[in-house]
Amino acid sequence: MNKLSLIIKREYLAKVRNKSFVIMTFLSPILMVAMVILIAYLTKVNDNESRIIAILNESDFFSNDFVGSEAVSFVDFRDISLEAAKDSVAGLGFDGLLYIPKDTSLKAVTEGAFFYTADAPPTQVVQRLENTFQERLRQGYLQELGITAADYAAMDANFDLNTATFSGETNLKGITELKAFIGGGFGYLIMMFIIIYGGFVMRSVIEEKTSRIIEVIISSVKPFQLMLGKIIGTSLAGITQFAIWIVSAGILLLISFAVFDIDPSALNTGVSVAPNMGPAMPSVDHTMQLYAQELFKIPWVMLITFFLIYFILGYLIYSSIYAAIGAAVDNETDTQQFIFPIIMPLMLAIYVGFFSVFSNPHGPIAVGFSLFPLTSPIVMLMRLPGGIGEGGVPIWELVTSIILLIATFIGIVWLAAKIYRVGILMYGKKPTYKELFKWLRY
Amino acid sequence: MNNILVTKEVTKQFGEHTALDKVSLEIPKNSIYGLLGPNGAGKTTLIRIINQITYPDQGEVFFDGQALRAEHIAQIGYLPEERGLYKSMKVGEQALYLAQLKGLSKAEAKKRLKFWFERLEIGDWWNKKIQELSKGMAQKIQFIVTVLHEPKLLIFDEPFSGFDPINANIIKDEILKLKENGTSIIFSTHRMESVEELCEYIALIHRSEKILDGKLSDIKKAYKNNIFKVGLQTGDAEVLLQELGDKFTINASQIDLEENQLDLTLQLPTNDSRELLTYLSTKANINHFVETIPSTSEIFIQTVQSKGGEHE
Repeated sequence: MNKLSLIIKREYLAKVRNKSFVIMTFLSPILMVAMVILIAYLTKVNDNESRIIAILNESDFFSNDFVGSEAVSFVDFRDISLEAAKDSVAGLGFDGLLYIPKDTSLKAVTEGAFFYTADAPPTQVVQRLENTFQERLRQGYLQELGITAADYAAMDANFDLNTATFSGETNLKGITELKAFIGGGFGYLIMMFIIIYGGFVMRSVIEEKTSRIIEVIISSVKPFQLMLGKIIGTSLAGITQFAIWIVSAGILLLISFAVFDIDPSALNTGVSVAPNMGPAMPSVDHTMQLYAQELFKIPWVMLITFFLIYFILGYLIYSSIYAAIGAAVDNETDTQQFIFPIIMPLMLAIYVGFFSVFSNPHGPIAVGFSLFPLTSPIVMLMRLPGGIGEGGVPIWELVTSIILLIATFIGIVWLAAKIYRVGILMYGKKPTYKELFKWLRY
Repeated sequence: MNNILVTKEVTKQFGEHTALDKVSLEIPKNSIYGLLGPNGAGKTTLIRIINQITYPDQGEVFFDGQALRAEHIAQIGYLPEERGLYKSMKVGEQALYLAQLKGLSKAEAKKRLKFWFERLEIGDWWNKKIQELSKGMAQKIQFIVTVLHEPKLLIFDEPFSGFDPINANIIKDEILKLKENGTSIIFSTHRMESVEELCEYIALIHRSEKILDGKLSDIKKAYKNNIFKVGLQTGDAEVLLQELGDKFTINASQIDLEENQLDLTLQLPTNDSRELLTYLSTKANINHFVETIPSTSEIFIQTVQSKGGEHE
């Protein structure tokens, strides 16, 4: 068997047989699912809390406008003073008091209205009250203008501007963000993978140094072979772990949603109260369909191909830096000063991605960072769901980005291999950057 | 070709520091060769060059008559000074892995490992992890792994450090057996006395340079100072000492009056001791008469001192 494959096999087995690795592999999805369920459950409990609001209405304009629901119920107070009402609300343990004063016009009444609570008012309740006031005001204005509710409903024009590219493809609002979000998902995956498994590579190098087996091994194989085998073996273990996580978390989520009867969509939508959305519903369905169509139109094959290219190159660049760091130090505590400069471009890529690429996927910042090799694996992937060529990422940018990435890959791996080769045989020294630089010339 | 390994003017620099300066060695086949010198002299760097872990800046290395190539790795066994094994890997698995890295097939490696494990009586360790073994036990495994692929050349860097005396003897015996079977062996150590009795050839390395090499017996002959240790029994030791002092150079002497014993060390102008012996035999009982042969470390110190000027 070829030496490289022997090393890869050993590194893989050493990793997947490691007890803490096995435990993390099977525990993480359970923890993750437990967390999601907990959040969903807590949200549900939070929503289920029923509030009682007292209303002291002195005006003539409001009568039965406030309708209770599961979350809020209303109690009318009559013929008492505001002070007395406040006292009794506190005494009865109600959650708030809505005071509507007596005045001549609807406008003046609404402006004079006050909502009293013991402490900061719950947003949802305030929102609900505001909606009711708004609706009542609208009715009032309509009445003044002599328009019936039926007429109003008829003229309620729900308008969305249709947008299209010059080539005639229709655009959907927010689809750019959605696409960047999908790309961002891929980018985020790359970052997580690099940080987790790059760290594994580093620790594995340190382990070989501290156990003093390194020289035994490199008298049989080239240091570069060992480094490469280690990186590949560890990443295969990582891919195995990721695959187990994704599959098992998916299955567990489905099972638990079924068991606990949680509606998955409730997790995504923050505001669940949507009054007066009735007539708009069909158009939402239609939009959803368009979104779905648009999502199908995302060039998935292209996207996944480039994901793999950027993932492999990006991961190799970073993990060889991790390997070099592991070789340079004697123990993990000495790695801190070297780790930060690696994590920084990764974090930068994620933040630039989420702030800049979302708002303008082809702006100068987005372009710059998608060309810069240490950030391009993440940033370019966020831009790519928009397609390649017209309307998407220009081909020259993509090509330049990949060429730069490959050149950097070769350069960094070469440098890292040099540091690695010298570092693995150095004991008892805490190296400085200056020293690492010197090693390059050995 | 009678040399298993030849280095020609091998030079290696690390930045400003010269680790090896034009070191030329000839290591004969089927011999035990001592690479001796203090810590930091450059021994390990030279060994790493032989193992192709690092490469010389200048100079050449020949293995068995051929310029050193990657394939030769399979014919060299190396026990580094900084040695260890994967702590959490099982003994058998680990030995198999290292053997396969040296180019053995899995089946062959397994067969040979079984043989060695039985020979060193450690058969039941196969499924243990290194961290469950004592240091001495781990050293045995380490030794097996080094010799398993039956290399033509074995290199031991500080071989007996870390071994307890019993295991050190077992290993020493095994090394001698390997030598009998035709393997060439290099010992590298700063503790010169530890390998003196084993080595046929030595090279002394000092501050990156080879200062002396050759057959140990020849070197010793060349460095003999015609110093003899003599133990005499005589009635009047002091008189005898006086008389001897007039004729010969006496380096040290000790008189034990109660036992009528006179011990002394003296130096002769030539290696011819017959005159002295004849003289002594007429004067006293000779308890012992031994020529002192300088130890390797004495030779080393002497060589360093005689070359002192150029190295400072």
